[in-house]
Amino acid sequence: MIIFIGIIQAFFVPAVSPLFIGLIKKIKARFQNRQGASVFQSYRDIWKLLHKDEVISSDASWIFRLAPFIVFIVTVIVGASIPLFTTVFKQLLTSDLLIVIYTLAGGTFFLALAGLDTGSAFGGFASSREMTISALAEGSFVLSLFTVALIIGSTNLFVIADSKNILFNNFFLPTILAFFSFFIVMLAESGRFPFDNPATHLELTMIHEAMILEYSGKRLALMEWAAANKFFILAALGANLFFPWGIAQNLNLLPVAIGVIVVLVKIIIMCLVVAFIESVTAKFRFFRLPDLLITSIVLSAVAISLIQKI
Amino acid sequence: MISEMGFAVLIVLYAVGALGSLVFHKHNKIANVWQSFFGIIVACWGIIFSIGAFVLPTNLVFTADWSIFPLLNFSFNLDKLSTFFIFTISLVTLFCSIYGLGYIKHFYKKYDIGLLGFFYHLFIVGMLLVVSASNGLLFLVAWEIMSIASYFLVVYDRNEPDNIKAGFLYLVMTHIGTTFIILALLLMYRFTSSFDFLVIKASADLIPATFKNIIFVLSLVGFGTKAGIIPFHIWLPSAHPAAPSHVSALMSGVMIKTGVYMIIRLFFDMLPPTQLWWGVVVLIIGAVSAVLGVLYALTEHDIKRLLAYHSIENIGIILLGLGSALIFLVLGNLPVALFSLGAALFHILNHAIFKSLLFLSAGSVINQTHTRNMEKYGGLIKRLPRTALFFLIGSMAISALPPFNGFFSEWMTFQSLLVGLASTSILLKSVFIFATISLAVTGGLALACFVKAFAITFLARPRSSEATHAKESDLALSVAMGSLAVICLFFGLFSGYLSSWFLAIASSLQSLVVTTVYPISDKLVTPSGSGSVSALLFFIIFVGTALVVVILIKYIINQNQKIKIGATWDCGVNLGSRTEITATGFARSIVLIFAGILRPSTQQDIEYHDSEIRYLPKSKIINFSTDDVYRSYIYQPLKKGIAVLALSAKNIQSGNINIYVFYILIALIVASLLV
Repeated sequence: MIIFIGIIQAFFVPAVSPLFIGLIKKIKARFQNRQGASVFQSYRDIWKLLHKDEVISSDASWIFRLAPFIVFIVTVIVGASIPLFTTVFKQLLTSDLLIVIYTLAGGTFFLALAGLDTGSAFGGFASSREMTISALAEGSFVLSLFTVALIIGSTNLFVIADSKNILFNNFFLPTILAFFSFFIVMLAESGRFPFDNPATHLELTMIHEAMILEYSGKRLALMEWAAANKFFILAALGANLFFPWGIAQNLNLLPVAIGVIVVLVKIIIMCLVVAFIESVTAKFRFFRLPDLLITSIVLSAVAISLIQKI
Repeated sequence: MISEMGFAVLIVLYAVGALGSLVFHKHNKIANVWQSFFGIIVACWGIIFSIGAFVLPTNLVFTADWSIFPLLNFSFNLDKLSTFFIFTISLVTLFCSIYGLGYIKHFYKKYDIGLLGFFYHLFIVGMLLVVSASNGLLFLVAWEIMSIASYFLVVYDRNEPDNIKAGFLYLVMTHIGTTFIILALLLMYRFTSSFDFLVIKASADLIPATFKNIIFVLSLVGFGTKAGIIPFHIWLPSAHPAAPSHVSALMSGVMIKTGVYMIIRLFFDMLPPTQLWWGVVVLIIGAVSAVLGVLYALTEHDIKRLLAYHSIENIGIILLGLGSALIFLVLGNLPVALFSLGAALFHILNHAIFKSLLFLSAGSVINQTHTRNMEKYGGLIKRLPRTALFFLIGSMAISALPPFNGFFSEWMTFQSLLVGLASTSILLKSVFIFATISLAVTGGLALACFVKAFAITFLARPRSSEATHAKESDLALSVAMGSLAVICLFFGLFSGYLSSWFLAIASSLQSLVVTTVYPISDKLVTPSGSGSVSALLFFIIFVGTALVVVILIKYIINQNQKIKIGATWDCGVNLGSRTEITATGFARSIVLIFAGILRPSTQQDIEYHDSEIRYLPKSKIINFSTDDVYRSYIYQPLKKGIAVLALSAKNIQSGNINIYVFYILIALIVASLLV
């Protein structure tokens, strides 16, 4: 049974993540009174790209060729190491919150290098912007997860998700503040509004899309898939660490099935919120983004200072 | 052989290496081979000796009694902390010497190779004596040997006027630091009547608490100057780049750690009980140095200055570990204090390895392009493929990306700070929050900085003809860099096993003596078991996933797709070296965000065709720079103050002999009254 659940855990994130990118697009389309593409369109896009020929710039080096694989593998590993629908993998030694954050940072590192590798001005500036945002976002990423780690007394993500008393007693306020802080990080790291416009191809504003501008074929598919995975990972972390309800604590079929459904519902709610924000706000000017990120750091700092353990 | 004889052999062989290079200084080749050969052999012996001395059950304590001065004893105490530093110095020396074999060649017929060897070996002997001396005066002699020898290495490339300036600044700053150290040692002598470290340690209770505080401040300034903590760092970014690259690697990798060594020696071993505010001060200095170091690194486009600023950042991270250890020591939380000190020691070793790797790779690039300006690089990954790979590994290690070694020491530091966040005192809690924020932001900024350093140097198109015609460096250089890169990975993978070693070192210090045996395993575990991480497992999972993904994508789904080589999308303009992003441009947005700290300035010079009618500009120059706030707000006022003081002191010098006789009379009266 544990092997079976383990296999599901390992393949869960890459298997379902494109669905939620499609879902957000669908919700946004409905907000704009459009019918929109099917929620499964992302799967079709990835499948199509995987079978296309590629063009690679003559200026590019092996970094450009390697980066999509690294970026994708990183999200798969992290996806398998975080609590999704069950908390039984507490012994997993790659589910420490710091190794999760820094492994994701490794993906960002190669993504930014790939953006610079082709010598295009778009890629270069996009990498510069991406690193600027993620440098600040990493600070509040660590701090917001440290808040819950401090409440539970463990940095293991499964142990944090396993504890049900995080929102009760005197921990309610710190948890909520840390969640808002984390939510800003989520938007920043996954390139959503108000940080980045995932739908844009306007050269002056794009960040993530400009970094992968020179990609085509299977490498583009991997990059898009990795971005979907990253969004799902961040949403799942937000859903399971700050609102740890419904997650299975053993390996019986019923709790696991409930766990799967609950985590999907929680992430659908997150998608609704993200799509709503994207429909009603405009993208921020680049130099206003640090204000938002520093707000996020301050929120976490306040949350940590509010935690009083007896 | 693991005895005082072994240590004597170590020192004597370096001396032979130094003198031999002088003897053969007329023959470039022999002098090079001689110094590199001795460097390699003796460093190997140093590694074996230090491991041997480490596993000995007792410390190696010995005194050579041929001293002719009453207070200067040639006494040495090789405890676990000392042998750890001897190991670190020897390890870095080994690879720097291999590297030197190929690197020194470009100095042939330009400078005296023998002289380089002489000071190189003298410098290493100085460092070895500093970390093993057990007598204050012997320590000062060793400290001076190390400082003076490194001064001569900094000004070795003397045709460059900037290097002479940098050397002078280094010489002045290091001696200001030494003054503070001498004061601290004299204060200890005043109360314990001994310069012997063991005697001071035994009778540390005789020093009143107030004077311990003064000693703390004096030695923090003195040793902090050598370690490069902010604001005493101003010599570091100019001196380290000026030296030949394999010496920069030694200076940044190990020399600045000797300052940290003495801070550990004094406050964990010799002068307990610790005060709470010592730890708080060290923690705050560490936090500030880490963030400011990486911010200044971002503004740099001189590759070696960039790396030098990262040394300040990493010293900051080491001090975060030390500061938390001091605080937990006072709070009585010994296991966490041990763990924090272990984190600091692990980071000392890690930084020594990846920083020397980065400096050596930078040297390999500079050797080919003849400039330190990153804006003139570009596309070097195709011309120096091995150097590029090694620099990439170094960048990943210093940016704390798993599974390389840098991550695991930062993990330990983060975990100690997390324990501190739980403290009940408001003051301590806010200090720890500040430290955690700074460490987390430092991690992100370091990542940004190394994207810049690697990409601008190695990726995209060449920006100068030197970069276009660069070739891969010698085999000796690649061997040295490659071995360090492998060590970066290995020390990461075996971080679990290594951690018990660091805990053993930490628990051998007087204030941290714990008899608990630490289990040896492949994973790192926090003292309370609240967090654990296994590098080996991570690596295995990574390799396994990589295999599955690559086989799936490349060989199953994507069987007969072709890859076409095309041009980068150019929007209809010809892409050249001027359409790429520059190092300055890359970091500009971060610099503007932190404008309040970095104080960037923009200067525009426009030259017109007609100076009367200013319509047609002939040329435009924009100058981006950042103010050196330390120079303009701390060092310049200090200099002015000293000048004013000197001028007013001049007034008593009238030149009239009668006045001087009068002075003598007054001095005599005052002296007789006092006695």
